[in-house]
Amino acid sequence: MLRQIEGSRAVADAVAMCRPEVICAYPITPQTHIVEALGAKVKAGQLRPCEFLNVESEFAAMSVAIGASAAGARAYTATASQGLLYMSEAVYNAAGLGLPIVMTVANRAIGAPINIWNDHSDAMSQRDAGWIQLYAETSQEALDLHIQAFRIAEDLSVPVMVCMDGFLLTHAYERADIPSPDQVDNFLPGYEPRQVLDPAAPVSIGAMVGPEAFTEVRYLAHARQSQALTLIPEVVAEFTKTFGRDSGGLVRGYRLEDADTVVVALGSVLGTIKDTVDELRGDGMRIGILGISTFRPFPSAAVREALGSDGRVKRLVVLERALATGVGGIVSADLRMALAGGGSGRAAEPVMSTVIAGLGGRAITRMSLRTMLAEAVAGALEPLSFLDLNKGLIEREFIRARRTRRSGPVAENMLRDQGLTARIG
Amino acid sequence: MPYQSIKFIQTGSLAVGGRLLAEDQRSVQSGAQRSNSLTLGHRACQGCGEALGARIALDACQRATGGKTIAVNATGCLEVFSTPYPETSWQLPWLHSLFGNAPAVAAGVAAALRAKSRDDVRVVGQGGDGGTVDIGFACLSGMFERNDDVLYICYDNEAYMNTGVQRSGATPYAARTATTEPVGPEPGNKFGQGKNVPMIAMAHEIPYVATATVSDLRDLEYKVERAMEFRGARYLHVLVPCPLGWGSAPESTIEVARLATQTGLFPVFEAEDGEVVSATPIRHRTGVRDYLRIQRRYAHLFKPAERTEMIDRIQRGADRNITRFGLLPADDIDAELATVGAGRAEEITS
Amino acid sequence: MFQVRIHGRGGQGVVTAAELLSVAGFTEDRHTQAFPSFGSERMGAPVVSFCRISDEPIRTHEPVAEPDALIIQDLTLLHQPGLLDGLAADGYMLVNSTREFGELGLDEYAARMAAERLLVVPATQLALEHMGRPMPGAPLLGGFAALTGQVRLESVVAAIRERFSGAIAEGNAAAAEAAYRFVDDERRTAGHHAGVQEG
Repeated sequence: MLRQIEGSRAVADAVAMCRPEVICAYPITPQTHIVEALGAKVKAGQLRPCEFLNVESEFAAMSVAIGASAAGARAYTATASQGLLYMSEAVYNAAGLGLPIVMTVANRAIGAPINIWNDHSDAMSQRDAGWIQLYAETSQEALDLHIQAFRIAEDLSVPVMVCMDGFLLTHAYERADIPSPDQVDNFLPGYEPRQVLDPAAPVSIGAMVGPEAFTEVRYLAHARQSQALTLIPEVVAEFTKTFGRDSGGLVRGYRLEDADTVVVALGSVLGTIKDTVDELRGDGMRIGILGISTFRPFPSAAVREALGSDGRVKRLVVLERALATGVGGIVSADLRMALAGGGSGRAAEPVMSTVIAGLGGRAITRMSLRTMLAEAVAGALEPLSFLDLNKGLIEREFIRARRTRRSGPVAENMLRDQGLTARIG
Repeated sequence: MPYQSIKFIQTGSLAVGGRLLAEDQRSVQSGAQRSNSLTLGHRACQGCGEALGARIALDACQRATGGKTIAVNATGCLEVFSTPYPETSWQLPWLHSLFGNAPAVAAGVAAALRAKSRDDVRVVGQGGDGGTVDIGFACLSGMFERNDDVLYICYDNEAYMNTGVQRSGATPYAARTATTEPVGPEPGNKFGQGKNVPMIAMAHEIPYVATATVSDLRDLEYKVERAMEFRGARYLHVLVPCPLGWGSAPESTIEVARLATQTGLFPVFEAEDGEVVSATPIRHRTGVRDYLRIQRRYAHLFKPAERTEMIDRIQRGADRNITRFGLLPADDIDAELATVGAGRAEEITS
Repeated sequence: MFQVRIHGRGGQGVVTAAELLSVAGFTEDRHTQAFPSFGSERMGAPVVSFCRISDEPIRTHEPVAEPDALIIQDLTLLHQPGLLDGLAADGYMLVNSTREFGELGLDEYAARMAAERLLVVPATQLALEHMGRPMPGAPLLGGFAALTGQVRLESVVAAIRERFSGAIAEGNAAAAEAAYRFVDDERRTAGHHAGVQEG
């Protein structure tokens, strides 16, 4: 049923239809609306059987999910930002134990300075935790990806993180097609664990493994996650058949056919980039887009296939909503590895530029994208640049730092330079 | 059933096997049906109090649940020595996740069982003192506050033994550890008497809190079985001497634990809904010197010269416990007062 | 695509107003998108929300920089820097005020604009009158429907009834209807004064 609905509520509806048996909730902006909505459903008896636990931290949230999943229950939680970091030890543990937990990450920046707004720093920090990571472009896709996530997670016994841009998707009212419970039931069978804590057949889960087998355990985790590269397209095909729409997948191309310049990005910014690319195409620029829907495992072969091997693509612009401090791009590094993996016989690799954009909630506007992409097409884009960087603000701080030893806290200095103390909005 | 008074034959050890008792009064361990939850082949040290405590506690839990217990274990000695790859000593479903999250993981298992309407299967969370009173403390408190249906057992050996005997929040005053060396003007641990988690648990007003030691295994069994009569969050704090960390003889584990109770340093009691309902009286009142002297972690209190002030402080702590929990009958206190001399009466009776 | 920016203060229902507007548009089978400016949710702090209404699917997720209409929920924000940024000369502005537009001190600005598109509505008064609470969101949406014709009054009322229930729904709906009539009258008068044909 088509509804105009907040992204968080759309996701809560989808998660509820997946019939989780244990949900753990700990509040952190901008994830709260999702678990609030789920809590209300459980309390109203609309979601049964389901245990809704208000835990005392994100670390506990993931830990409760681990216990529940190991006891054979379908487990779900949601978090963001500092919360994801606070649970990080348990995030790795869930993957190491092979427990198919599904978690929403309402992407938000990481402090300090504390910042509640969107970027991808949180999920990117956990990219090697052993979880599958899916990124949503729209509320609809966020909803759809959660239904797919349980399927993928339980099929592989690997946890799945569904990443949706905080505020931009979680708090936006958009049109979404909410499936019926029957459709979801047809698509998602009951959870059949590969390992379960059962007094009738006792097993020890989480035993210590030393150097004699640890590499093999890790290799198997890698192999299992890599199976997702085959599984995800199959799940999407089945999803399309059941729900009548195509959603998710490994990568999504847009106007790539004759593109000599390709923008690579993840998440909700893809929509803004599409509008921009349509405009620039009108100006005669042959630009296309490659959206990465599955970031972990990294779909190297799908990326190579989408970009073609004929040397048509001359330039790649990787728009990243996170920064590897001291390095630059995060997605860029994986892309380089993917392109290098094509073997010999490939035409020259495209020139790659990394653009760091939208950190801590800075809006990524069509206007800025237009200017940046025109530069890229003209071959004038630096290998690493920051969209809409306020150079004056930085220069002033450099001067301050040169002139005085005790130059003070950087964030506060900059706010003062801007004439703001605590601007909201 | 006719009443049969229990006569303790082996008065020196209190370790009554139970074969002299009627069938239904015998200990879990004396029965052929015992589940051997933690079975042979594990890699604990000689004389390990924790291995003993865990074995007794889980077997009692298995008897109480008809063999339907799931155990969740924090990282620590117990976890490491029981599951050396590729072996396991556990004969019940067992899950180890992390150091600081066992209470939450256990709560998750309990939630799953509730969702699946499996109220016949019960959950035990367990860890050492580090995993309980320090790094797992927030998860433990959260589990208490939600009153999750979990029995959490802390095997307290008063330091981080798995990592090589470092100080924990349960390390008592003056004890030597690798991070509280017996040097300087205040040798050993300079803080209080360790974080008192049983009292903190009681402050949460959970249904059942109890303490026990491996010196009285019948009492330990009883408390586990009693705990399993309640639903909701329950906490059992078991003192388990560590020969390695305490510097006590492996064969003295039971004796050291018993002295901890007979000095009053470790009060053995039960509490329901936040109120103490019973305390195990001291049978042979012992001064703390006898307890301290047999542990090398306290050697600096006696050599090169006795540190009387520090020992007195430890004695005052023991005396306070005796008063607070009523560990001696009132006339015994009077008798005791006569032996320790003037100047101590106020502290003991107030 | 028609883009709306709503300015108000935390607690006044700024975000809810944008959401209701998007639902109103949706009930007319149009594509809409509403989102807040994502601040900390403190009572009294300036808050901005956005709504887009389009016949095509909306893909962009950038904030509205060049609104076709501004709704000002709180008069004390009127002279805040940046408030009027991006509003085109043929844009609409609806201000929650009991005073006339001419008394708001925006003469210089208004001179460049179409007079019949710059209107006031006493939304807080109407809200107090019809539901006893100073929540100007619903009446401003009723006024918006009259001012811009982007959504029908019935759609606004339907959105209100979907979101609220009982007396609150009825009070909001009545306030929205009253505001619609008020603005409709104002628009006709202003249009008449400016010599603009109605239609």
